[in-house]
This record gives sequence, structure tokens and C-alpha cells, in this order.
Amino acid sequence: MLKILAARLQQGFRTISYPEKLPTLPDRLRGRPVIAREKCRRDCGLCAEVCPTAAILPGKDLQIDLGRCIFCGACAEVCPEGAVAFSNDHRLAVSKRADLVVNSPEIKLANAVECEMFGRSIQFRQVSAGGCNGCEVDINVLTTVVFDLSRFGIKIVASPRHADGILVTGPVTRNMQAATLGTFAAVPTPKLVVAIGACAISGGIFRDQPEQNNGITDMMPVDLFIPGCPPHPMTILDGLLRLIGKIR
Amino acid sequence: MTFTDACSIMNGETIPFNKVPCLPFEQFQKKITDAVSQKSRICSFFGMETGNCGDAISQLRLIAVVANDSDRRLQLLSTTVADSYPAFTPLIPQLHMFEREIAEQFEITPVGHPWLRPVRFQQSEHKPEFFHIEGGEAHEVAVGPVHAGVIEPGHFRFQCHGEKVFHLEISLGYQHRGIEKALIGGPHRKTPYQMETLAGDTTIGHYLAYCQIIESLQGMKVSPRANAIRAIGLELERLANHTGDLGALGGDVGYLPTSSYCGRIRGDFLNMTALLCGSRLGRGLLCPGGVRFDLDSSERVEKLTKALIQAQEDTKTAIQLLWDTPSVMTRFENTGRVSAEDCQALGLVGPAARACGVFRDIRQDFPTGQYLQGDFPAPPPLESMTGDVAARAIVRWHEIQDSLRFLLKLVPELPAGLTNAAGRSSQQTARQPDSIVVSLVEGWRGEICHTAITDSQGNFLKYKVVDPSFHNWTGLAMALRNQEISDFPLCNKSFNLSYCGFDL
Repeated sequence: MLKILAARLQQGFRTISYPEKLPTLPDRLRGRPVIAREKCRRDCGLCAEVCPTAAILPGKDLQIDLGRCIFCGACAEVCPEGAVAFSNDHRLAVSKRADLVVNSPEIKLANAVECEMFGRSIQFRQVSAGGCNGCEVDINVLTTVVFDLSRFGIKIVASPRHADGILVTGPVTRNMQAATLGTFAAVPTPKLVVAIGACAISGGIFRDQPEQNNGITDMMPVDLFIPGCPPHPMTILDGLLRLIGKIR
Repeated sequence: MTFTDACSIMNGETIPFNKVPCLPFEQFQKKITDAVSQKSRICSFFGMETGNCGDAISQLRLIAVVANDSDRRLQLLSTTVADSYPAFTPLIPQLHMFEREIAEQFEITPVGHPWLRPVRFQQSEHKPEFFHIEGGEAHEVAVGPVHAGVIEPGHFRFQCHGEKVFHLEISLGYQHRGIEKALIGGPHRKTPYQMETLAGDTTIGHYLAYCQIIESLQGMKVSPRANAIRAIGLELERLANHTGDLGALGGDVGYLPTSSYCGRIRGDFLNMTALLCGSRLGRGLLCPGGVRFDLDSSERVEKLTKALIQAQEDTKTAIQLLWDTPSVMTRFENTGRVSAEDCQALGLVGPAARACGVFRDIRQDFPTGQYLQGDFPAPPPLESMTGDVAARAIVRWHEIQDSLRFLLKLVPELPAGLTNAAGRSSQQTARQPDSIVVSLVEGWRGEICHTAITDSQGNFLKYKVVDPSFHNWTGLAMALRNQEISDFPLCNKSFNLSYCGFDL
């Protein structure tokens, strides 16, 4: 017992005071892109050429589809004019798929869901549907003492029947399709769907492979899109708090 | 032992593919069987629909990568088969999953395979049949693919008598994304990023194996400084996952102090990786030829060192509690035991093998890069390596301390120099055509084996990935035999295997 208390004292209090105070994020974090269209030469196409997920298309005005982007930073590295850079701003979650297509440093962040039933507390069932377990890693840490997800009234529950919505990760492989749809169906209405990571939003780095779908957008209505590969835990937390109106 | 008709290579060495001997089946069979009976083990065994072998009109070429840990050499052997061949599995159990995989991919029958069931359900909807026991009081428990926690999908089928598990069958394939198929003809633009997402928690391990393949094929040299930073990345990945797993083991026996501390400390390790490259999982840290990010300023080095020292302190108090708490240790000890004999027979790798007293570690047996320096890793304490959950926990703790010591010595004394020897132009260098190369890395779960065979243009004709989980899932199934079903979460976490790394 004394050893437990000594360990407790040594470990200290580690919960961050977010959202009142933002923790320092790594300077090299590749978060919200900063696009300076006026610097873009338009004809060189280097960024589109190196983009592994066709998040940047050639021959168009410079824009990035963050639903496809895996935040590898290759475009920023290759651009001779510095028209694309990645800031370490973690806020990226949006309410509409179209809002993920950005062509300026701005991004239209998510609104609170309109239904009054959600807000004070919300329970999610997580469905891992293909992908690489990276998004799951960064969802899992939200339940640690650092983020302490439950202090916001958000809980990840074991049964879809107890849930108000689902958090989906992965592109939905053919082998997970039935289970994903089954889980969605098992959640009582009204229900929310959150797509986490490039795979769930667009198929990500596995897009168009025949063994899988290109995310969940064609399968169910999505209420919140959290881009990234994987999104930083702060990005996920920021998105969930916007969804329930605790950050506006 | 010697192979007269086999060719032997080093880890990461490229040789012409036509140097790989293509033996008549009986001879191949004998060589493999002899090698395994003399303590060699199979790193990789796969089929390839290509070329003729000698005069035979072949349908399928089978290629085996055999490791002899004591002489640091890998033997390559091959043969050809038509639509069936006598299965190896009855004599060499460690091949059973490989043979099932080959049967599924190429519709070929290993005759006499005891349980020839698809590995990933690539062809059809997921409707597996399960091994089934009959009896008045026997019953089945089915779990998954959607689990109670935030984890990957997989299905577990227990054959039980009361609480006692007679047999556990693990049915995977839900994460199958067709990565190996997508690699053919590559490397494509997507390839490096797909290598980083083979298993997200092993981003650095798998991508390092891929980098070693490309570097070998292109004849690139990696600078000492880049090698050191790669080792920092790989060890941070090990530290994060081992720490997280020890916390989760605490959680699975209802011991919350260690569970909550370790969950947090794991995040600290992930943040150290993010300090290095911006991504907590190490995305973008490496590139063929070196690393993309340097420990460029003394401030960054100092930050990392400070964080490591703090983590050394924090892991010590958090994890020591496990060993000091009898109610924890009674649950860990004698639970989920795998014998050293079973470990050898099943070809287990990584901490799961070392916990059985079978000390195989690529960092020591087939070192590359920074690990060629030689004074790392230290072997775990043999007397504690009893094959049970306790041993798998202690081996993780041993490796946490060992890796922290290694990093605290390495970080302040990084070799000077460039981090990316060849620069971006390296991508233009031609890859060796018609060649084969095998790359091994000791990821945190154990041996990662990538094998590439190139065509006449130097593109991938075949790229085979073996995640450590491919060897070790059977170890988990064996660990559950005669255990109480309620100990499954504990046993499962003590292995903590990858679903996506297996499913590919």
C-alpha cells in the first residue's frame, strides 16, 4: 500500500487542462496545411506528382483534399515556391466532406450537432474496419489520464446498443463490411457517425484496392470527419468536443 | 550445418535470383526437414507464379528463407510444384500457416495438411468453418470480429468444457487490404506509405525492413548518424509498445495503478518520436538511404534526453508495482504457459520466444546498422523465462530497461555527419534487376522479414512480408490450452499481436 502511494506521488498529476489551455504540440507535427495560392506557379505540378493519395490534383488551382491527405509532407518538401507548408495546428475536424477540400490557410471547422439529445454526455462504439491500427492507437490514448476523455462526458462503450454513435476507422475491407454495417444498425437512432482518419474518409493510402471500400461515406451518413493518418489525439479530441458543442 | 545446394546470404544482401537453387521436390523436402531438425528455422516460405526451374514445366515456385541463428546466415532454397504436393506441416509445424497461405493464394493443395483452412478469406465472404468438439457438456464461445475495446477485428472461437478451454481457434483476415498484391510491379508512388501502414504500431520496424531492401537493391550506403537515428526510432517504438502492454496487463488483472501510469508513459514515448519527426508513430522518419529528420539542435537532443531520463524514472515506479503485488503475480505466474519445445516447433519469434527461454533476436543474430556495434541487446534473465504471462511481462520490462540504457548512451553521442547519404537523387538510381534480397528487423513484436524479388527492370516481381504475428498467433492459441477462458484477455495482451500485420 505504501509503495502504491509512493508511486502515486512520484507519478504526479498529469491531466492536461485542455480545452482551457492548449498543450505544446511538437514543432514538427504536420497539422493544418498553410496554402499560399499566390505563390503557386500552377504549371509545375510537382506537388501533385509526389502526392501518394491524389489529395492534390494536377492542372488545377492548388487545393488539398484533407480527406485523402496522409500528411506525409511530400508536397511541402518538393514545392520550390513554398506554396504549401504544414503548421502544427491540430484543429482539422469538419462537419461536411466538402469542407475538407482546402485552398487557403483557413479551414471551416466542425459545428455542434443540431440534435438536442446529444450534448451533455455521449457514448461511442468504436469499429475498426481495416486500416493499420494507427488511428486506434491515437483513440486509445484519449482514455489515458493525460486526456481523460470521460471528464468531457464522452465514453467509449463495449456494445453498440449502449452507444449514441460509432467511431469508424479503416477503409472498410470487404471482410469487415458486414460487421461494420451490422454495428451501425445496432446503434439506436438518432445516432452519430464519426469517420476518423484518411482511410475511413476516403480509403486513404489503400484507396481503390479491390479488397476494400473507399471509406464509409457511401455506406452511412457521416456527422464528423477527422482527417489525418493517423490524426493526432488532440485533433480527435478537438473534433469530438466540437461535435457536442463543448468547443465552438 | 552446411547446405551444398543452397545459397547463403547475409541480412540485407542482394544476389542474382538465378543463384537460388531450384531443387527437385524430394531434395528440397529433405533439406528443409534436416535444417529444421538442426535448429534452423523458417523466416519466410512463399509461392511465386513464375519462370521455369531447370527443365521442369512449373506451375508454382516455392521459396524458403531458412535462418540459422548461430552462424548469421540465411539460406535460400526453392523448388517447383504442380497442383499438389505432400504437406510439410506434419513434420514441421512452424510451416502450417505458411502452407495455408500458399494454398489460399494459389489454389494448390498441400496433401496431408492437418487443418487446411483459408488464412485471410481473400476469395469469399467471411464464412469460416471451425474446429469443433462434441460432447454433452462441451460448448463453444465465439468472440469478434467487433470487440469490446478499441482494438482491431478478429474472431476467436473457444471450445470449452465448463470454464476450461480445450482449443482456441483464431480466425483472421478482416483487415486484409491486399497490400502484397498491390506491391507487384512496384515500388509505386504509394509503396513507401503502404509500408509504413502494414502495421501502424510497427511503422518504423516495417518501414526499416523496406528501406534495407531498397538500399540493398540500389547499393546505397547509410551514414552512421542516420543509422543511429533509425535505432532511436526503432527502440522508441519498442519502448512505447512494451510500456503500454505492461499497463494493459495490469488492467487485465484489475490492477489500476500500473495500468493508468503506463498508459500515460506510453504516450510520452510516442511524443518523443513526434519530437523527432512530427508523427507519434514515426511516419516519415525514415527514407531509403537515411532519415528525413535530424536531431538538428542541441535543444532537441536535450529535450529528448530529459524525456528519456524522466521515462526511466516513471517506468521504474510504475512497473515495479506489478512485481511487488502478490495478487498480480499470482495471476501472471503459470498462466498461459508455452513450453520451449512448443516455441521451437511453432517457430515463435520476438519477446514471446525469449520468454520461453529461446533467445532469438535479430539485433543480435542478424544485426544491421547501429546494431552492428554489438553491445546491445542484453539477454533477459534466463531463470525468469518460464513461458507464462509472467515471463512475457518480465521480458518486456527487461527490454524497456535495456533499450532506455542504450538510448541514453546513444543520444548524447550521436555520430556527426549527414542523415541522408544519397539525398533525393537516390530515387533515380536503378535497382538491381533479376535479384532477390531478404531484410530482417527486430520489431517490438519480433522478427520482421521482407523478401523482394525483382524483374528484369528492377521492379518487384514478388514482395513477401512476414510480420512477427504470422508466427506468433499460434503461440497464443497454444497458450490458451487448458486455461480458464477468463484468462484469455490476459494471455492475449501478453502476446499483443497484430491483426493488420497478419492480414496485410
